[in-house]
Amino acid sequence: MVELYDGALNVPEVLTRWYAQESTSNYGAYIPFVGTVRDEGGIEGLSFDVYEPILQSWFDAWVSKVAPLGATLKMAHSRGDVLLHESSYIAAVFSPKRRVALETIEAFVEDFKASAPIWKYDLINGDRIYARERSTAIAGAGILGAKS
Amino acid sequence: MITVEFLGPIQKPVLNMEASTLHDVARVLKEDAQMGEWIDSCAVAVNDTLVSSLDTVLKNGDKVSLLPPVCGG
Repeated sequence: MVELYDGALNVPEVLTRWYAQESTSNYGAYIPFVGTVRDEGGIEGLSFDVYEPILQSWFDAWVSKVAPLGATLKMAHSRGDVLLHESSYIAAVFSPKRRVALETIEAFVEDFKASAPIWKYDLINGDRIYARERSTAIAGAGILGAKS
Repeated sequence: MITVEFLGPIQKPVLNMEASTLHDVARVLKEDAQMGEWIDSCAVAVNDTLVSSLDTVLKNGDKVSLLPPVCGG
């Protein structure tokens, strides 16, 4: 289940809770990825829109994909405003052996950036500006504009 | 009647229209000047499942969603 929160994530709470949930599950590796809002480009923070139904189905497909490897995924993301040096995204993988966990966290986070239905906005001078140049069209996009 | 919703940064209210396939939706949106900057970069979902063909058949009550380029994290 994807965890969605209004505003910044409570990183210590999330990581500690996930660790406790799996501490006796006999996993040999726990690799978290914590995304933090950086001070760059004059922004005051970032803001996010999330489309939950497709985000959940995308996440569920990943859970099914890594289950045969013995791995488990967890993910949390923010909605709305997240200020500088706060966290908007945490992903984690648990697996019996390190190699699966290392490979899975990289593939999962990269596909998340390219496919998860989340839209990012820069907060500048109180305005919320779509981060178009940092955004990626979802695979298969553009069919409506194709010549028919 | 189907509904078309525009997600994320596309500032556009929900549309209601008659459509039997996504070709009908494409025809209407191509004529919409407000869609000009988005139409070539949006992915399309029908009832929250991404689709890849304009031949996708639509039935009464279906929800078509347009997903512009994404950037989570």
